[in-house]
Amino acid sequence: MSAVPLIAYQHVGKSFDGGRVKAVDDVTLEVGEGEFLAIVGGSGSGKTTLLRLANRLIEADGGSIRVEGEDVRAVDPIRLRRRIGYVFQSGGLFPHISVAHNIGITPKLLGTPAEEISSRVDELLDLVRLDRNQHRDRFPHELSGGQRQRVGVARALAAKPRIVLMDEPFGALDPLTRDALGDDFRALHKKLGLTTIMITHDMTEAVLLADRVAVMRAGRLLAEGTPADLAKSNDPYVGELLGTPRRQAERLAELLPKDGAA
Amino acid sequence: MSADPRWGEALGHLPDYLGNHLRVSVTALALGLLISLPLALIARNKPVLRGALLGFASVVQTVPGLALLALFYPLLLALAALSLTWLGFSFSAFGFLPAVLALALYSMLPVLRNTITGLQGVDPAILEAAQGVGMTSRQSLFMVELPLALPVMMAGIRTAAVWVIGTATLSTPIGQTSLGNYIFAGLQTQNWVFVLFGCFAAAALALVVDQLLALLETGIRTRSRMRAALGGIGVLALVAATLVPSLARTQSTTIVGAKTFTEQYVLAALMAQRLRAAGLAASSREGLGSNVIFAALASNDIDVYVDYSGTLWANQFHRTDVKPRQELLADLKATLARQKITLLGELGFENAYALVMPKKRAEALGIRSIADLASRAGTMSIAGDYEFFSRPEWAGLQQAYGLAFRAQRQMQPDFMYAAVASAEVDVIAGYTSDGLIAKYDLVVLEDSKHAIPPYDAIVLTSPKRGQDQVFHAALAPLLGRIDIATMREANLRASGNDAGSSPDAVANWLWEKIGRR
Repeated sequence: MSAVPLIAYQHVGKSFDGGRVKAVDDVTLEVGEGEFLAIVGGSGSGKTTLLRLANRLIEADGGSIRVEGEDVRAVDPIRLRRRIGYVFQSGGLFPHISVAHNIGITPKLLGTPAEEISSRVDELLDLVRLDRNQHRDRFPHELSGGQRQRVGVARALAAKPRIVLMDEPFGALDPLTRDALGDDFRALHKKLGLTTIMITHDMTEAVLLADRVAVMRAGRLLAEGTPADLAKSNDPYVGELLGTPRRQAERLAELLPKDGAA
Repeated sequence: MSADPRWGEALGHLPDYLGNHLRVSVTALALGLLISLPLALIARNKPVLRGALLGFASVVQTVPGLALLALFYPLLLALAALSLTWLGFSFSAFGFLPAVLALALYSMLPVLRNTITGLQGVDPAILEAAQGVGMTSRQSLFMVELPLALPVMMAGIRTAAVWVIGTATLSTPIGQTSLGNYIFAGLQTQNWVFVLFGCFAAAALALVVDQLLALLETGIRTRSRMRAALGGIGVLALVAATLVPSLARTQSTTIVGAKTFTEQYVLAALMAQRLRAAGLAASSREGLGSNVIFAALASNDIDVYVDYSGTLWANQFHRTDVKPRQELLADLKATLARQKITLLGELGFENAYALVMPKKRAEALGIRSIADLASRAGTMSIAGDYEFFSRPEWAGLQQAYGLAFRAQRQMQPDFMYAAVASAEVDVIAGYTSDGLIAKYDLVVLEDSKHAIPPYDAIVLTSPKRGQDQVFHAALAPLLGRIDIATMREANLRASGNDAGSSPDAVANWLWEKIGRR
């Protein structure tokens, strides 16, 4: 972890239904510049709420959240959102506008000239490995799930953010597409020097893509660290979560012997 | 059929009727949208306000169109009077304004409901995405929510447009010329050519507007510039057409009013002909409601019409006493003068309620008067129009003669004469000037106790025309010249279904007949 955390949660809390449901309960977590953090947890663990607190799609009840050194409460939420990329669960593309317009939406909101947006869109289509000529003028309903999510990633990157937040971005895709997209995004993260937080319920995906993994349950942060750190954890839930990728790895090693030696 | 001159006549009215119909419909729809769209946007996230608005619009929708339109007339008259006392200026509460307001109110429900439904139907995930990419709530509304809700909203606007164009035909009785003029005139004078023409013209207009809006909507939705442009140009052309005053709408200086029945159409045509013969430009406003026409005269929206002494006496001035004929007329004349309305004179016939039965049957039974009838009423049935049995005349008759019939029925006026002629009922409460009395060989029973007030046909002129000698002189030759037999024959002619039965043709005949004397 680098010296300056780009995103820092400090004793953050958020409850719904007049305090009856504690979605996020006293969470302290830092993400350094250039880091790829995965937050893993089941449904209702509070992981999505935690993510949305960062760009103020949800407002925190207590504690403080700093993004690029600034307390988010002191920043206009609209401007905050425009400088943070956000990838939605199933793309969240606007169905009534073309791929190019979807990708160019945040620059457009920022008042970027049209020609500049246009060349930026082409650049981004290359970046997410979609053919410019073929996809530029299509509409979201004409794309496959994987293509839609690539457009979603391109849209998140359009205004050249330093930070990208991803809400279960690859969850609804078939395993092959998911794998290819995960790898492609990991490469982009590295190439563009992004700082990324990704929400997932899949520990295998988290371990394979992220530098660091945080585990949440019932609003609380149970553990965080590199996969190797987590492996040493005594928490039974963390152990249970890590059990799945371990079993998968063992089973795969058995089923797919290398060098012919079983 | 193509040789029927009534088609030509109908076609001749088309620029005037269609132009006015379009003008009132487009204005009402535009006003309705101007009110409904912002209201829907404000109310969409406020459940209480939303419920109240939709509830209100639904209630408006349950009010019959004709009643809604008629209600706006007295309301605006009162407002115009207030505005005159407080602000020093008045406006015409007749015709265009009440029609536009009532129709705009009528258009609100589909627009409100569909706009709210359309906006609420936008996927929450899309709304979240709009927020997430950094849109303000205003940007989200205009860039995402409204475009996505557009098809549902347009469906509502199209429904509203069709409703308004259809309902606008009912604005004729409050003095707004519309395609309804064909229908009201046609129904009263049994001119089916006019009725059909009016219905088809209104339906065609509704279809055209609906299709233009559909074109505009699919054009926007499928991003087809061609379609959107065609639809847009069409809609703009209609709007522009309403702004250009119709060429056929002559700036006439005198307007003759007529209520909604045959005799009134004929007399209005006759008066208009006389005014034109005297060199005055005259047009007519036909099919006006009984409640509207007197107020329209008093506020100078029309210049002249024919009313009946008993109607004014009982309905307008709420008098319950019955006076002898001349006294009643004198009293009426003085009362009207206080409102600066001139009672120019009587035409010479009465159109009163009367008990009527077949002549042969009456002779056989020895019945000549209502008093003769009273002793036999217990075994007889009587039919009247929809209002007769709740009118003071009926109460007066029952009281004066001790009438008690075995049964009483309500009937469409056109059918009761045939019903009594074929002995379906024994007696009917008919109208003395109806041409069908002669046609079916019926007899009017004498009202020797004067239980029914006199219903002399009288010519009334507006305050504005009070001192207009040319105007009065043009109408003077009609006074006292039309006897009951002549009017009956004219009414019978006008109820025919042929070329000679148009009000104008009958008025010509009538003038020739009374002019010869």
